[in-house]
Amino acid sequence: MVVAGIDVGSTTVKCVVMKGGEILATKVASTGYDMSEAWGRVLYPALEEAGVKKEDVDRIVSTGYGRECVAEAHRQVTEITCHGKGAHFLSPEVRTVIDIGGQDSKAISLDEGGKVLDFVMNDRCAAGTGRFLEVMSRALGVDMERFGELSLSSSNPVSISSVCTVFAESEVISMMAHKKKREDIIAGIHRAIASRIFSMTRRLRIQEPIMLTGGCARNVGLKKALEDIFSCEIVVHELSQLTGAIGAALMARS
Amino acid sequence: MSEHIHVPIRAKKRMKEIMTHYFLEAFDARNQGKKVAWITSGGPVEPLLAMDIIPIYPENHGAMIGAAKMGEEMCRAAEEMGYCGDLCSYALSDIACSRGKQGPIGMLPPPDMLICCNNICSTVVKWYEIQARYFKVPLFVLDCPMNHEGFSPVVEAYIERQFEEFFHFLSQICGRPFSRERLEEVGRLSYKAQLLWQRVLDTTTHSPAPMSAFDAFFHLALIVTLRGREVCVEYYSELLQEMEERIEKGICAVPGERFRLLWDNLPIWYNTRWLSEEFARYGATLVADTYTSAWCSTLSYIDPSDFSSSLARAYGRIYLNLGIDMMAEQVVDMIRRYNVDGLVMHSNRSCKPYSFGQYYIQDVVKEKTGIGVLILESDMLDQRNFTEAQIQSRIGAFMELLEQQKQKRST
Repeated sequence: MVVAGIDVGSTTVKCVVMKGGEILATKVASTGYDMSEAWGRVLYPALEEAGVKKEDVDRIVSTGYGRECVAEAHRQVTEITCHGKGAHFLSPEVRTVIDIGGQDSKAISLDEGGKVLDFVMNDRCAAGTGRFLEVMSRALGVDMERFGELSLSSSNPVSISSVCTVFAESEVISMMAHKKKREDIIAGIHRAIASRIFSMTRRLRIQEPIMLTGGCARNVGLKKALEDIFSCEIVVHELSQLTGAIGAALMARS
Repeated sequence: MSEHIHVPIRAKKRMKEIMTHYFLEAFDARNQGKKVAWITSGGPVEPLLAMDIIPIYPENHGAMIGAAKMGEEMCRAAEEMGYCGDLCSYALSDIACSRGKQGPIGMLPPPDMLICCNNICSTVVKWYEIQARYFKVPLFVLDCPMNHEGFSPVVEAYIERQFEEFFHFLSQICGRPFSRERLEEVGRLSYKAQLLWQRVLDTTTHSPAPMSAFDAFFHLALIVTLRGREVCVEYYSELLQEMEERIEKGICAVPGERFRLLWDNLPIWYNTRWLSEEFARYGATLVADTYTSAWCSTLSYIDPSDFSSSLARAYGRIYLNLGIDMMAEQVVDMIRRYNVDGLVMHSNRSCKPYSFGQYYIQDVVKEKTGIGVLILESDMLDQRNFTEAQIQSRIGAFMELLEQQKQKRST
């Protein structure tokens, strides 16, 4: 049975093509303005890479904010269920998933079978999400790819007191004016976001191992800040960005 | 009649007629030689009716502003006057509307007096003080201390004394003695209406539920504004009969009811339809709520044969005037009584006393009942605090979670 999972997020769109328990191909692209065509830009190239014809795909499940926009999907499932499924597939022993996406963040607790026991999501504001980091990377003139790594060299992280993205940006700008070191500011930003995620996750019963998923999982500085505050190792899989899409593909199988 | 067809509630039409008549009467009060009092939603209305004073509820008007999707523009208007946007959106919109900003029914009939009872929140005191200065009318504040751990005789005596002052205040304004006999008559009718309202709400203990909390939000208007009048008793008798008929015929609020949910906090007035459809997509009915049931929550403290002496006991401990542990206890009771699968809590930016403590109540509920709890952040009136995509995602994920729990239980 050939299945596809498509995760239409606010920043990127992801597609995973699977057969049995095996991943045949994956694709990631920017979501862009038109969500109703974004999925096509990942589905068709992924199918081509997998060497599968569209008509041979048995089922497609979509997830993410734009899940309703995927015309070819047989079913829509929310990203909570998909991240749970996906994380369990990537690392079956994981019990808590922290997903930091472009416009929201969530913590999910899983049972031993990868089923969602409970979840919490950030409140309405963008603080504690990937958007927060994007705004900060722009303010600091450091691109997202280098953002995480740079913070690892910090020896004296600054303290960001504001929890609001807009105010935190002004705070960062004033720190730049005071010639604070870039890496210290970035490390401070990661601390601020990690502490927000920590208080949100504490509303659940936190069980280890904890896995970080979503686009922000690639940020090593954020991973470290989370490890510091959670006082445990945080699992990051190389396919972490695709967790939701993998979960969607798995949902398509069942 | 099959339970798969959506059948609207007939009484809705009658309700609209009654409310129209009520407002027309209030607008014409001066010509009839009657006085108008503005009163807070948890305030003691029966003494007003006993003196033939027409009560007007700015909060009920707030709900109308919300339903007309005018909340945001009202709040903005108040903010332009210098009021802080963090204040209660009912207060903001009432202030804006009294200063000439036209609402869904224009402006409210101007008050001859203001009656403020702080058993629902403390914002009302400042809000009514502002309005008293603006309209240059007398203000009566009935102070009901918060019952953190229980209702003490000291508090009861304190509130009782204020009721005596209240009666005196009314007799001075009206220029005639306060009529206790009339208060007892009004009280009996008020009690009867509250009993009926409770029975209407309790029809949803039946599965599938003949109505939902979204219906209750609408049918609530009379128990708030007109309890103590005959028409209110008549209306809820009719509504109860209609609900019983619906149960008999198998008519339900959400065709194919699969999940039963409890709602906490005020409705999101501008989006009730959208929300009800969103939940209905998953076969979920909000069968009960902590909000509309507040207007019959003190029935057990009322003695219909001696109404005036039970006023302090009843008004002193309405839901929002209770400590968090007692609130949590009531929520847990409702979960069991209505046999619900999940609790949806509206964290309402406007209503601090209602939203404060929700995380604690959530923990108590999870521990005592094991059901899922969803928290939605929004505002009862101000659309700027509502994010459709986020709320949709949360509801979707929550319903998937409940579905999974249901499957787990059945295996």
